[in-house]
Parts: sequence; structure tokens; C-alpha cells
Amino acid sequence: MKLKPNIAVSESGFVFNPATGESFTLNPIGAEIIAKIHEGLDYSEISEWVKKEYTTDEATFERDFNDFVGQLKINGLFEKSKNEEKA
Amino acid sequence: MAFLRKAKMKRKLNIGVTALNAIDSPGPGVPVIRALREAESFDVNIIGLSYESLEPGIYMHDLVNKTYHIPYPSSGMDALMYRLNYIHEKEKLDVIIPNFDAELFSFMKLSDKLKDMGIHTFLPTIPQFEERHKHNLPEFGEKYGLNVPKSKAIYDPVEIQSIAGEYSYPIVVKGKFYDASIAYNYEQAKSYYNKISAKWGLPIIIQEFVHGTEFNVTGLGDGNGNTIAAVPMRKQYITDKGKAWGGITVDDKRMLDLTDKFISQSKWRGAFELELIKAQDNEFYILEINPRIPAWIYLAVGVGQNIPEALVNLALGEKVYPFTSFDVGKMFIRYSWDMIVDRSEFEQISVQGEL
Amino acid sequence: MSISDKKRYERPMIKKMEAGVPNKFGLRSEYTPMQEIDGVSIKQLLKDYGTPVFVLSETTIRSTFQKAKKAFTTRYPKVQFAWSYKTNYLDAVCKVFHQEGSWAEVVSGFEYDKAINNGVSGKKIIFNGPDKTENDLVKAINNESLIHIDHLDELYLLIEIADKLNVRPKVAIRVNMDTGVYPMWDRFGFNYENGQAWDAINKIMRSGKMELMGLHTHIGTFMLSPNAYAIAASKLADLAISLEQKYNHKVKYIDMGGGFASKNTLKGAYLPGTDTNPSFDDFAESITTALLNANFKSDEMPLLILETGRALIDEAGYLLGTVIANKRASTGKRLTIMDIGVNILFTAFWYDHKITPAQPFTHYTEETAIYGPLCMNIDVIRENINLPLLNKGDNMVVHYVGAYNMTQWMQFITLRPKVVLIDTNGTPHVIRENETNETITSLEKTPQHLSSFNL
Repeated sequence: MKLKPNIAVSESGFVFNPATGESFTLNPIGAEIIAKIHEGLDYSEISEWVKKEYTTDEATFERDFNDFVGQLKINGLFEKSKNEEKA
Repeated sequence: MAFLRKAKMKRKLNIGVTALNAIDSPGPGVPVIRALREAESFDVNIIGLSYESLEPGIYMHDLVNKTYHIPYPSSGMDALMYRLNYIHEKEKLDVIIPNFDAELFSFMKLSDKLKDMGIHTFLPTIPQFEERHKHNLPEFGEKYGLNVPKSKAIYDPVEIQSIAGEYSYPIVVKGKFYDASIAYNYEQAKSYYNKISAKWGLPIIIQEFVHGTEFNVTGLGDGNGNTIAAVPMRKQYITDKGKAWGGITVDDKRMLDLTDKFISQSKWRGAFELELIKAQDNEFYILEINPRIPAWIYLAVGVGQNIPEALVNLALGEKVYPFTSFDVGKMFIRYSWDMIVDRSEFEQISVQGEL
Repeated sequence: MSISDKKRYERPMIKKMEAGVPNKFGLRSEYTPMQEIDGVSIKQLLKDYGTPVFVLSETTIRSTFQKAKKAFTTRYPKVQFAWSYKTNYLDAVCKVFHQEGSWAEVVSGFEYDKAINNGVSGKKIIFNGPDKTENDLVKAINNESLIHIDHLDELYLLIEIADKLNVRPKVAIRVNMDTGVYPMWDRFGFNYENGQAWDAINKIMRSGKMELMGLHTHIGTFMLSPNAYAIAASKLADLAISLEQKYNHKVKYIDMGGGFASKNTLKGAYLPGTDTNPSFDDFAESITTALLNANFKSDEMPLLILETGRALIDEAGYLLGTVIANKRASTGKRLTIMDIGVNILFTAFWYDHKITPAQPFTHYTEETAIYGPLCMNIDVIRENINLPLLNKGDNMVVHYVGAYNMTQWMQFITLRPKVVLIDTNGTPHVIRENETNETITSLEKTPQHLSSFNL
């Protein structure tokens, strides 16, 4: 789970992909999670943090997180993992 | 010396302007702003009102002082009013000039409320706005004694047959808001009917096709039946989107008479554009009446009739004297221009909704 | 950290910036959360009465009625409203209108009996519609109700019954006409332009068996053009005046029917109905001007009857529901499934209903389709709506649902919910219980040979 290195994320939640010229906006929790991913946290660490900060539960967050990461992948913001490259 | 001081004392108005989409099918906002910046009777601080982050006017900082996104007309008047309240608090707007067809209804309805807040507009009345709609054009023509092509609003393609018998092909098949196609037979007409109605709903307007030369007139009525401004233009080059890319002012008394008649009969209030055709019988027919400033308005300014300036003065309740002449044979030639914009500006308008 | 210190959770979202020119069906955000109705918390209503639940505001019903009444009575000397039962015939709702002074307008024997049971005097019931049985007519004649004749077969049947019972039925005829609007409703009543209506009037007058009380029309539904009513009113006035000239008979009333648009937004409309649809004042101005300009003597103006239903009750009705799930379509589009299906929200087929969340949210939104819970592809509440990021279990409010949904609803794969009326003091009352399995199965009968099986 790694963002492409040249992706620029601003504090206001604006994401720019210099490779494609595409821009995106994030909501605040989305921006926070991206920052955590950037710091190298894995899912369980992020989940712990979210549950501490926000009124949510594991099942809800896991589903939303997977959906969110799916969107990041679809939009080409993630490095492909070794396995995915092989496939 | 006194003159100079007076010039320096020109009052400064905060004017909100929409339609900053100076693109290949342009909105009138940017030329309206150029006109206001050249006004002799006031100085301006221009507040752009935008819907989309890529409207070029947002980034023209020498023309637009500050831009705010406003909600789409389809979000309703409450949402618009809420946003305008916010903008007014920061900018103390004196006048708003809305320039999009789709937003006019909301601004007309809100005009009293805006006035209570100190924001002036100068727009057609709702009945004026309604009766000049495409599907009401025959009644409009009859009521005011103006030539219009024969047309009928229909709700069933079966009706095409009987109308075509009356008009003879080709006929023009028009959508309620936009789109028009020329059909040379029933099959074509039916297929346009289906295509256009799928997009814009019913009714479909079937209009007699009038051969001839297209002319446009832009002007301004004071709401009491007086013509404040009127400038006729012949389109010289038309883009594939049907927009004039070049045009020339012409001198034709009959077009000005027709404009006077339109204004005096309907007591038109505000700016407008008449789309006219000079038919082979040498008569002028009104094809459409657009209840707002057209995108080519700067030509009128260039030939001596600063319509946006006059409109602002009328909105503020000031005495405005009619323009009596304009330069004939002056042209406008539109060109496009690439601005260089930093991503941070795009980010700011996108995320904060103001720039 | 205690729960109360935690921030409200919102699912993480990334949205691609779509750069484009203004698009006709652009962002339509329905941003303000609605957390209470007439001071009653929506969360509490859902807790007490279950989800989904219909809620009606008595305050809104009464204030809307007063607005409509004022629009007409300030412009015309004699005005009478008759509550259109088919729009919403829950007894409690009908009785609010009867307390406000409305007569009853019914279109079937079932509705007729409902009005009688609600305590409406027979003389104040208007009986419309193409299907009145002989029994219905006998009952209505004996109660001196106002029978609006729809077709010639009914006219002849009435003459027959009048002969048999030796009474004079009080009647009116329903007239249809071209008012310049589409579609023209020419399937009900007698046509004006081709002379059918005048012909029917002559038949009634010549028979001498009936008392012709009034003339009635109902030009369409969800009408957006007040001018069409002006045309209709002047055509009815013409008929009334011809009648007076020929038979020296004055009609007591002109019934303009209903059909006024409510504040809903029709599918495909660009601007919201709340902004564009005509007000009661607009309709009243058109109708009363046409009548006042007709050639009635000033002291002989007929009573003006109005049967408007939708515009009087739509705004007072809310449907509260709950998010069952969020999904993503194969195209990447967000789908939200609610517990409100088209079986109870019939009007979702022709309106883009206003839908607002019932809890606070941020300004981040997503293009969403809202689906109902039915296992059917047609169960779509909104094809496209820009909504805040809702969580499973969040609540939503569907607005302007008071008309037709509580009469046209279907029991399909599930049970219909409760209907609650909040009175003018802010106290909720259940005015229709939710169905139970017993409600449905008690009507069924199983033949003996089907009573058992082995699997």
C-alpha cells in the first residue's frame, strides 16, 4: 500500500498527479488517511487511529477503507504491488 | 483643475457579473466586464460569479477582482440566496448582471429581495420573460404586430404531417430550450423530433423555414417603452456551433424601427438580443428574442453604445439618455488566447470556491 | 477518549475534479439537514414508530389550506372547497379538511361511504367519476348529494332512477375542453368544442327529471399554466350563460375541479418546483378574473367550487427512512439503498423528490443513485442526486409526499408502514397502523386439499 512518490497532496485536501495532470479533492478524513498511508502506516494502524478519533466501528471502517483504497487504485494514485505487476 | 478632481471623484461600484466562460461558445461575462471597465460614469470593482472552476474569466485578474462560485440554478433560489448573502457580506455588491439564460428566472424572482439588501438588477419582468419564449413566439408576434415565422408547439410527431402541409418543407425542428435542425421531409422531421425531445423534453417547436440573411440586434429598453440603445450587426463568420466569430455593424432603418416597435410595444425592460432574418420578400422576421446581453456586446461598446454601463445606471435608478448613433461598418473579430495559470489558483477556486 | 469527544465519522472520499463547462443538470445539492418536523425530533419519530414511516404535519395542512382559501376568497365572493378524497383519504386527514370547512369530493362508492362515515352530510358530497353503480346513485340521490354526470349512459340511468323513485336528483355535468394544454383530458365528461356538453345540458333540461345545479370541469393534473384555468372558467361561464338565456335557469355553482401543481419537481424539469410552480394566488387570479369578467349579473355570481387535492396536502407529508447499505456500481458510481421503495413512494416515478439527510454532515458530497429495498429493477427513488456521505443507519427525509402515496401505495413483499400525524401542539398520533402478516393473510383462504404437504 504505497502512494506513487510524485503525488502532491496539499493541506486543503487537493491531490495532483503530475504524471497524468489529473486533480482530485479529498474530504478531511480522506486527507488524514492519505497522510497516514504516506507515513507508512498499515491498515490495522490506520484503523486503530480512526476508531480512536471517530465514532465508527471496525466493520464499517474496513468496508469504507477498502472502497477508498479501491478508488485510489482506480484513479492511478497507488504504486502497483509486486503481485499486481506480475498479474 | 476642477474637471480633474471631478474625474478622480468618480464613484466606485461593486458589480457582480456571471458567465465568465469565455470559451468557444462564449458567455457574455468577460465582454460585459470590459465594457464596465471602460465606463465613463463610474469605476468598478468586479466580482465574478462562476459555476465551474475552468471558466477563463476567473483567472483574468486584470478584469476580475475576485470570483466566487455560486450554486447552479437547478439547486433552487434558496441555495442561491444563501450564497449571495455570503458574497454580499464580503463585497457589498451594488449591482448584479446575470448573463445566462438558465439563471435569469431565479434572479428575476429574487430581484425584490436583492433590492432590499441594496443589490440592484435591471431585468425583464417575469411576464415579459415568459411571453417571448420560443414556443410562445407566434402569440408574441401577433400581440405586438411583429413578423415572426409561422410555428407551432407540438406534443406528438403525428402533428408534423398536418403542419408540413401548411408550411411546406423544409421546416425547422426546435427544442424547448436549445437545438434546432432543418428537416427536408417527414422522416427527417420525425427523427429530429425524437432526438430533440429525448434531450430537452416537450413541446417541440415546428417552425417555417425562412430563407434569407441573418442579422442580430442588441439593445436596451428602459421598461417604459423607450429605446436606450440598439445596434444591428450582420454575422460574417459563423462557427460550427452557430456562434458569430466575426460581425459588422450595419445601417438599416427598418431594423431599428422594428427594435423600437419591439421595445415600445412590450415595454421591454433590460438588455436583449433579437435574432432576425431578412427574407427573400425583403421583410424582417424575428426568429428568437434572447432576454439578456449577447456575447458580442463589446461591438456595441466599440461603436459608441456602452450598453452594460447604461444598464448599470438604469439599475441604480439614474436618468439615462438614449444613444442616438453608432459607427456603421465597424467589425468585431473574435480571437482566443491562452493564459498561463498556476495550479494553486485552480486548487483554490476548486476547494474554497473563491479566488 | 470518551465517545462524546470523538468526531462524527464520515467515510473517506476522493473525488476527481471534472473540469468542464456548466452542465444543464449540474450539481443539485440539497444541503440543509432536516432534523425535526414541527419541533418533533425525526430520530425520535423513527425510534417510536419504526422505519420507514409517513409523517403528516397538521399545522402545514391547515396553513396551506388557509393560504389557498385566502387566495380565492379575497378575489371572489362565494368560494367552497371540497376535499378530494382520492388524494389522501385517511380519515384523520379528511377530518382536518372538514374542520377547515371543506366538503367531500369522491369518485367511487367506497369513497362515498367513507365520507358519510366521516360525518359529512350527503348534501355536501360531490360524487364524480365514470363508475357509479345503480346502488351508489340511489344512495346519493336519497342523500341529496351532488352527482356529476360523466357520460350519457349515466345520464339515462339517472333519468330512469328518478322516474322509479319519483325524486329529482341534483346533478351537474362534467365538461372537458381544449385549454391549450397537453394532454387534453377528453376521456372524462362531455366535450365543449364539439357540442356534446351543450347537448347533455339540453337533454337534462328537456327531461325535466333532474335539477341541474352546476357545471364542472377538471382540466388535467399537475398543471403549470394558470392561464389554462382562465380559458376553462370562461368556457364554463359561456355554457352557464347560454343555459340561462335558453331556459331561464341559473346554475348554482361552477366547479373548477383541481389539478393545481404542488411544490414537487417534475422529472426533466431544470429548475426546482419550489421556485417555478404557480402559487395559489396565480391560479386564483386566473380563475376569478375569468369568472368576474363573464356576463353574470353581479348579484348572481355562481358559487365557485374547488376540488384541489395535491397542492393542499403534498407539502404536509414526509416519508422518513433509513440507509440500508452503500455500494458501488460496476461503473464506479455510488449507490445507496434505503428502506423506502416505490411501492410506498409511487410518486418517485414522476418527481425528482427532494431528499435531505436527517443528521448534520459536512459539505462533501457524492453523486449517488438512491434505490429502494424491493428486489426489482424499477425500484429507483432518485436516479441521480448529490448527497452528503451517508453511513449505514443514517436517516433521510423525503419531502412533499402527502398526495397520492397513501392511497396508491401497494403492499408488495413487505408490509406498509405507520402513518403519523403531528397535531398543532406538536404531539404525534398514529393515524394508520402498520400492516402485520395477519392483516394480509386474514383475507386469504386455503382450500382443504392444499392444507398440507411434505417436503
